[in-house]
Amino acid sequence: MKEGSFLREKIFLGMSLKEYLKSHATLWNFIALIILSFSFYSMAYRLFYGLGPATNLSDTYPWGLWISFDILVGIALAAPGLTVATTVYLFGIKDYKNFAKPAVLSSLLGYIFAVFALMFDLGRYYRVFYVIGWSWGLDSILFLIAWHFFLYILICLIEWSPSFFEWLGKERLKEIFSKFGIWATVFGVIIAGGHQSALGGLFLVAKTKIHPLWYSSLLPLFFLISAIFAGISMVIIESTLSHKFFIDRIKNFQKAEFESKTLGLGKALAIVLILYLLLKLLDLAHYDNWHYLFTSYGYLYLFENVGFVFIPIMLLIFSIKLKKASVVRVSAFIVALGVLLNRFNVSLIAYNWYIPFKEKYYPTWMEISLSLGIVTLIILFYRFIVRRMAILH
Amino acid sequence: MLLRMNRRDFLKKALTITGLTLMGGKAFSEPSSYSTGNKANRKNWEKYEIIKARGINLEEPYAILLDLTRCIGCRRCEWACNEWNKNPNKPLKEFEESKDKKPSVFDKNRRTHAGEFTVVNRFYEGKNPIYVKKQCMHCLDPACLSACFVNAFKKTDYGSVLYNPSLCVGCRYCMIACPFDIPAYEYYDPLTPQITKCTMCFDRITENKLPACVEICPADAMNFGKRSEILRLAYERIHNNSGRYIQHIYGEYEAGGTSWLYISGTDFEKLGFPKLDKTPIPQLSKNFLFTVKVLEIVAAAPLVWTAYYMISKSKKG
Repeated sequence: MKEGSFLREKIFLGMSLKEYLKSHATLWNFIALIILSFSFYSMAYRLFYGLGPATNLSDTYPWGLWISFDILVGIALAAPGLTVATTVYLFGIKDYKNFAKPAVLSSLLGYIFAVFALMFDLGRYYRVFYVIGWSWGLDSILFLIAWHFFLYILICLIEWSPSFFEWLGKERLKEIFSKFGIWATVFGVIIAGGHQSALGGLFLVAKTKIHPLWYSSLLPLFFLISAIFAGISMVIIESTLSHKFFIDRIKNFQKAEFESKTLGLGKALAIVLILYLLLKLLDLAHYDNWHYLFTSYGYLYLFENVGFVFIPIMLLIFSIKLKKASVVRVSAFIVALGVLLNRFNVSLIAYNWYIPFKEKYYPTWMEISLSLGIVTLIILFYRFIVRRMAILH
Repeated sequence: MLLRMNRRDFLKKALTITGLTLMGGKAFSEPSSYSTGNKANRKNWEKYEIIKARGINLEEPYAILLDLTRCIGCRRCEWACNEWNKNPNKPLKEFEESKDKKPSVFDKNRRTHAGEFTVVNRFYEGKNPIYVKKQCMHCLDPACLSACFVNAFKKTDYGSVLYNPSLCVGCRYCMIACPFDIPAYEYYDPLTPQITKCTMCFDRITENKLPACVEICPADAMNFGKRSEILRLAYERIHNNSGRYIQHIYGEYEAGGTSWLYISGTDFEKLGFPKLDKTPIPQLSKNFLFTVKVLEIVAAAPLVWTAYYMISKSKKG
């Protein structure tokens, strides 16, 4: 390979193919390779043999792990683009400018791979474009989501494209797309707010199927608010990991400044969590669901809301008082797990709650491995881009 | 057909080999779950297109009254449904004998599956068995229809809710939305799976024939006719035999009203019917969609203003 060729400079980080492959022969990459091979096997199996043999989906449980994890959890955790881009571009809080680009990138990857995973869940994936230009189901919440996903991916692409064109060395294009950035953010806020709440709205129709502790007219609002705190906690988690693994990519790293910004994010996280908890209490009181609290589903509900909302609030207050950024990081991790638990509860565990546990849906290993593969792909693409483009500085 | 059979056999083998049958495969213990290649959908949809082109307007949609106190549990309706709709079937005798057999299909509460548009379940009040036929209720304002993001369902003038297999993307949101758990899916078709459900025998009622299940019923448990007449019949029957029936016509108002109406001597909740109020299910999502759109429009103004403000500020700065 020629010195200075595009492939060598832009793709192989200035190394020859041999050197490049050698530098990637690590344990983590080996693990990723194993996960991916299982995942690709599952994908192929699903495509050739169908959903029946590949999954444990049934007529009683038409939606399983792929919808719950890849779409509901994935999209909620991919929300940092929304929260951070809004703060930085719209409210002009420039202190957090360094957080914006990685946040936008993770949103972009999160959405693209969520839609990619969805292709395996759709029975006739090759018809997915029907919803965009062929036949419109205007009364469907899923229609709103499909269109909002489509638009939001475009918005993330526009927000990310300056970094991309900079990498290619196309300064003029970079300039043009930088100007679109703020407009993309404006529409991004509208679009993201719309579909994050709509994901909760999907379950409004399942009034008789979802346990009363989780079913509420406020489901869309709960999904929206939890997407916001999921977004903030993901920014904290992501920046922590980035600073650990990509420290060489960050110019002029100042630890004290980074710690104080993490604490700032922690404050925002605590405020949104408190708002959420208050609304949850209002919801409990409004539907007069107290008597469900001491049933098995009640314990699950308490586990979710005390363990993953109330306790993180306490931890965050404590960490802000004592100025301990490390505790903010732990809390952010708990909060993100809580969002995962919440989405699983609404869409799987509290769904068809009257069915005995042993007849409920459990994913097959193929469903799990496909989802793990999607996560791995997101991480690998994130790493690939961060190492090449000006994302972290 | 041969090809399909081969594929099904192959799938079963593949399942055993990969050990998937051990993992919660209970949901698929009903053989009808494996059914693929539904023909009723396309046939009925084509019929609907022809009728639409002819422009026939019906004054009033049809409905069916099912009198649970009359049903004897012979399961002939299941057989006739499979027969007419070309679903996998068994000899009629096997259906009829399950009432007295032990163990029996009635031991388990069943639901509709890919190759089974209607099922009869058995409940007990004291020692007396009560048989409950289950099929698509053909809601007046169907949840499946409003849930579909490509508009693949149609509520026809005849009362039938029909499914268009050439639009469906296979998201299965209709199955989530249906309060009666009716739409089933061809999970074992890797390439062209369809939603399957009762069509109210659209291809029969449009030719002045009774639905297959109604026609075969030996106990006269079902009556087919215009919805208002059917409702009147239900009221009359309850009124004239006050000891025999409870004062409730299930489907008159449930989820905004359905085309299948049930009368019974036992509380419907004890017979596996979901407790629903008068609100049509689509209303739940329509309210939300309206709110979202309003909020998106309202939010647009201040956001655009902020963007302008930030741009002008950065230019000055």
